[in-house]
Amino acid sequence: MSFNNLDQLYRQVIMDHYKNPRNKGELEEGDLKINMNNPTCGDAIQLQLKVDEGKISEAKFIGEGCSISLASASMMTESVKGLEVDEALRMSKIFSDMMQGKDYDDEEFDLGDIEALQGVSKFPARIKCATLSWKAMEKGFKEQNNEA
Amino acid sequence: MFNVQDIRKQFPILHQEVNGKPLVYLDSAATSQKPKQVIDAVERYYKEINSNVHRGVHTLGTHATDAYEGAREKVREFIHASSTEEVIFTRGTTTALNMVASSYGRANLQEGDEVVITPMEHHSNIIPWQQVVKATGATLKYIPLQKDGTISLEDVENTVTENTKIVSVMHVSNVLGTINPIKEIAAIAHRNGAVMVVDGAQSTPHMKIDVDDLDCDFFAFSAHKMCGPTGIGVLYGKKHHLENMEPFEFGGEMIDFVGLYDSTWKDLPWKFEGGTPIIAGAVGLGAAIDFLNEVGMDNIKAHEQHLANYAVKQMSEIEGVEIYGPEERAGVVTFNSADVHPHDLATVLDTEGIAVRAGHHCAQPLMKWLEVSATARASFYLYNTEEDVDTFVAGLQKAKEFFGHVF
Repeated sequence: MSFNNLDQLYRQVIMDHYKNPRNKGELEEGDLKINMNNPTCGDAIQLQLKVDEGKISEAKFIGEGCSISLASASMMTESVKGLEVDEALRMSKIFSDMMQGKDYDDEEFDLGDIEALQGVSKFPARIKCATLSWKAMEKGFKEQNNEA
Repeated sequence: MFNVQDIRKQFPILHQEVNGKPLVYLDSAATSQKPKQVIDAVERYYKEINSNVHRGVHTLGTHATDAYEGAREKVREFIHASSTEEVIFTRGTTTALNMVASSYGRANLQEGDEVVITPMEHHSNIIPWQQVVKATGATLKYIPLQKDGTISLEDVENTVTENTKIVSVMHVSNVLGTINPIKEIAAIAHRNGAVMVVDGAQSTPHMKIDVDDLDCDFFAFSAHKMCGPTGIGVLYGKKHHLENMEPFEFGGEMIDFVGLYDSTWKDLPWKFEGGTPIIAGAVGLGAAIDFLNEVGMDNIKAHEQHLANYAVKQMSEIEGVEIYGPEERAGVVTFNSADVHPHDLATVLDTEGIAVRAGHHCAQPLMKWLEVSATARASFYLYNTEEDVDTFVAGLQKAKEFFGHVF
């Protein structure tokens, strides 16, 4: 039986993040705690971020979801750690472009494992799974901005 | 004679490839496919008689009115209502249930009163009640579920009290496939002075419905799950309730006389059909009813139950597959496979041309009760075959193999 199509979507690095999620857990004290659901399918994650002097110093998540949403959250928390808030938001935009199958900027950041998620753009029903954690981060910074 | 191959010939959409594989459509509980005679009826309506109803003196207007009201009579007969005055066309089950909650609920509920539902309900039979109890000060209560996802009449007796004004229960569960004892629940509701509301979205497409025998006060269903078009459904209500209820929407078509400061309403059922009605939809629903009657509702029910049992038997032999719901079920099989999230499973199946539903199925409280965040669901209709089930089971095994292989 051939798994060709599926191998494009479920790249090994994705399955590795799914099986061994990085940054899974809760922060003892975080600055931001964001709950995000995907109401159409029931995926739910909670993202916690700690920001020191405009820089994301810690990122952790817990949640329920499919391989794509959990692997993406794992990759996202890994990538944004150490970034300035506006850098992280730019990266989120790049990721969104990648998911929509647009040309995306692969110069500014080393996207690393994230590029493995490129194949998701060919599975429109799964794009929301991949963007869930990124949307959570955007929502967190937006709310923080509104409060400030 | 029920011949599934002859039936399949009448559904043009089934004869296509999806992702390079013949389509295996196992998502009829979400929406059913449409036979050619329904598609043709809607097309013929637009090509030959399209006109507004209940107003024109001209000939097309008469034809359109006849077609629209003719469909209402077909519905009346199909669900065994005593009069077409009791058959209201709505946008679907959701609108129908909202009409009961808003119009009947708001007028008849006050503080101290209770509305009783179950945790297996679809969101559309939960949220309208949440809203109406908030607005009226009434209380929302739940009949607990048995371990196998059924309702015991003893629990109904214990939950429904003299303070209960409305009991609203789904006839067939879109997740568990449970067939609820509506007639018996209605009897308990009535004994306590409550009205019985039934969400028939998942029963009407699959079995004979007799609102008179069920003795329910309201019964709601959607055309699109029973081979008809999207955008139309039905609210059945006992005449004396409907007569005392205020309209749900106000405007054209539903008025008797309009003054500057006050207006009066048309008679039943039109007082509940504000605006230009869903004429083409009603014509399509009428054609769907003709089609289902030709095949025979008992044949349809037997065929689906056979397929569900056939699927359950094979699925239970696959290690790590958990199936939810009671042994006696409608044509719905909801399950999870260990180590494969339902979305991933649905994607793998989709690459094989197999359409299943994955997620919470608009039943988040039920997912919580099952202690899962999501499930996968295969649902069957009259056009599915044993071969469909075999392909699906092979797909399940493939998904297991794929995810077993990456782990």
